[in-house]
Amino acid sequence: MRHARAETINLNELPELCWATVAGVTVPLDPADHGLVLRLVELGFVPGERVRVVREGHPGGEPLAIRVGHTTFALRRYEAAFIRVTPEG
Amino acid sequence: MHDAALPQRIALLGNPNCGKTALFNLLTGSRQKVANYAGVTVERKEGVLRTMAGRRVAVLDLPGAYSLNAVSNDEAVTRDVITGHSQETLPDLLVCVADATNLRLHLRLVLEARRLGLPVVVALNKMDRALQLGIAVDKQRLARELNLPVVETVSIHAHGADELRALLDQPLQPCPPSHWRAPGIEQVMATQNDVLRIFQATVTSPSVDRDPSDRIDRFMMHPLWGFAVLGAVLFLTFLAVFSLGGWITGFIEEGTAWLGTTISATMAEGPLRGLLVDGVIGGVGGVLAFLPQILILFLFILALEASGYLPRAAFLLDRPMAAAGLSGRSFIPLLSSFACAIPGIMATRTITHWRDRLTTILIAPLMACSARIPVYTLLIAALFPHQPVAGALVMIGLYALGIVAAMTVAWVIKRADANHARSPLMMELPAYQWPDPRSIVIGLWERAMIFLRRVGTIILALTIVMWALYTIPSPRRTDEKTPIARSIAGEIGHALHYVFAPIGFNEEISIALVPGMAAREVVVSSLGTVYAMQGDEEQLDAQLTERIADEWPLAMKLSLLLWLVFAPQCLSTFVAVKRETGSWRQMWIMGGYLFGLAYLSSLITYQLTAFLTTP
Repeated sequence: MRHARAETINLNELPELCWATVAGVTVPLDPADHGLVLRLVELGFVPGERVRVVREGHPGGEPLAIRVGHTTFALRRYEAAFIRVTPEG
Repeated sequence: MHDAALPQRIALLGNPNCGKTALFNLLTGSRQKVANYAGVTVERKEGVLRTMAGRRVAVLDLPGAYSLNAVSNDEAVTRDVITGHSQETLPDLLVCVADATNLRLHLRLVLEARRLGLPVVVALNKMDRALQLGIAVDKQRLARELNLPVVETVSIHAHGADELRALLDQPLQPCPPSHWRAPGIEQVMATQNDVLRIFQATVTSPSVDRDPSDRIDRFMMHPLWGFAVLGAVLFLTFLAVFSLGGWITGFIEEGTAWLGTTISATMAEGPLRGLLVDGVIGGVGGVLAFLPQILILFLFILALEASGYLPRAAFLLDRPMAAAGLSGRSFIPLLSSFACAIPGIMATRTITHWRDRLTTILIAPLMACSARIPVYTLLIAALFPHQPVAGALVMIGLYALGIVAAMTVAWVIKRADANHARSPLMMELPAYQWPDPRSIVIGLWERAMIFLRRVGTIILALTIVMWALYTIPSPRRTDEKTPIARSIAGEIGHALHYVFAPIGFNEEISIALVPGMAAREVVVSSLGTVYAMQGDEEQLDAQLTERIADEWPLAMKLSLLLWLVFAPQCLSTFVAVKRETGSWRQMWIMGGYLFGLAYLSSLITYQLTAFLTTP
């Protein structure tokens, strides 16, 4: 399920308002994070979905308001880092 | 079809924010029962609906769940109930509620529910909103793809659930039994592929780029404008609580005063009249007077939550609250605690991270609940007579003091917790929508009942006990001047006086604080009783203010104000903490630290002020 290509980045690195397509999720090194990644997939962060960061929290750019499909989720950067995305154009 | 049974018990299953509770309210109206699931503090809502043919069917509103791979108590309860791992009777039909405007997210749970071996019906909720947004759902195709009956529902229309009611008169489709096992990531991916295929085949929606929600969010969560909006919203909320709430409270006070006078006039003088007028009507009436303020605050909270705004406020405040070791999820429970700590503590159930939840529970009593308003008002009026601006500023200061103390305590707890784990956020920011009036009325009703149950039990019992303590003379204090000083309460107050002397409380305050320990609402009325005054509430307030202004030294007034900000004078809060944490230890930690904080701050204030004001 990982299609790591050169142009993919982690979702936490995506600039505000820039659309991207989910490429996959990273398998966590810490087993404690398995549930977290599973939940991200269940919430719709699956390959092919379009996502963008609608707003970064302040101060410190935390948390992130992320639009995926018809839903917006507030994620921490730590959580968003498990999602690989390909930015559009 | 060998079994033509009709459904008798159904359960509503759905994602959070799918409009499930609004649908439940529409189906059952006021015929619902709210309790907890056995052994856990998860709300269990059950009601009765009437089908189109008029049959009565029991409906269980399951806690909202994104998935049966539970990560929260709510989701674990939902999973256990529908997989038969709980004490609940297995429902004979699952109504899977899916938001028609967000099927991409909500269809996944439908596919998961289909594997349970229970008959499933899909309720496409918020169909009206889907139409407005230009989202078209091919219902027949969806039913075919899912191989499940699909009905449309609109929770905000009186007849919005008729299609579902009619379907409940159809015999149940037999279903092969099956065993649910938690899916792994591969299976979840496969399910998501199915969801995507079905979604693409059945739903046509305009491009996401045309959704206005992102533009509203850009503004609402703007680092400058977002906070300005939040400030304005909170300002208007508290303005309404104080102005409108105070106005309605005036009527309630007049009403109870009238009732007291009427009974006094018609009943013969005696202990029973004393108990009724001074004890029951005085005590319960004094407490009921807060109900308008509590309900107005909850009206705003419920409307803001239903509109989708509160999660945005939590987003904005996540980072500032992280400085104190909390997350944005603590915002709504803490806001509720300004009305009353008990619903606030109950609202912490939405915080999935246990340490965050515990911290929020422990600091919730520091938020200035509405029961503090009359005591604050009385003391401020005595401190700053005829200076409304100074008085208002001190009132705001007392609120701020509670908030600062709460943030400091949260910070200390975070520092003390060596294995402090990262607290996750993963919070949905649901689409903005108009609040459903029916659900708000039912929500207000539930909160009013929580409060009235307290009035009916703890505070009523307390008032009667206190009346007895004030009335029954103590054999060892026969040479005291006033009846109250001669009573058992007088003796208790006298003993407590030694504890409170270093913080400047005289014997009168010590006596008044005895009932006030169990419910701070009664401090004002007991102070009045102690100063042996008669008359209606308004008169009592005016007289008390004068006596306090004249007789108490400044240090004493300040010390009592500080005491009231911190002291855990609420038995119901203790009960709620014990119930929600399931631990006596946490309850005593909460009580202990609050008493310590109250005593210490009053001690410093009293001694310092006394030292500075001594000529």
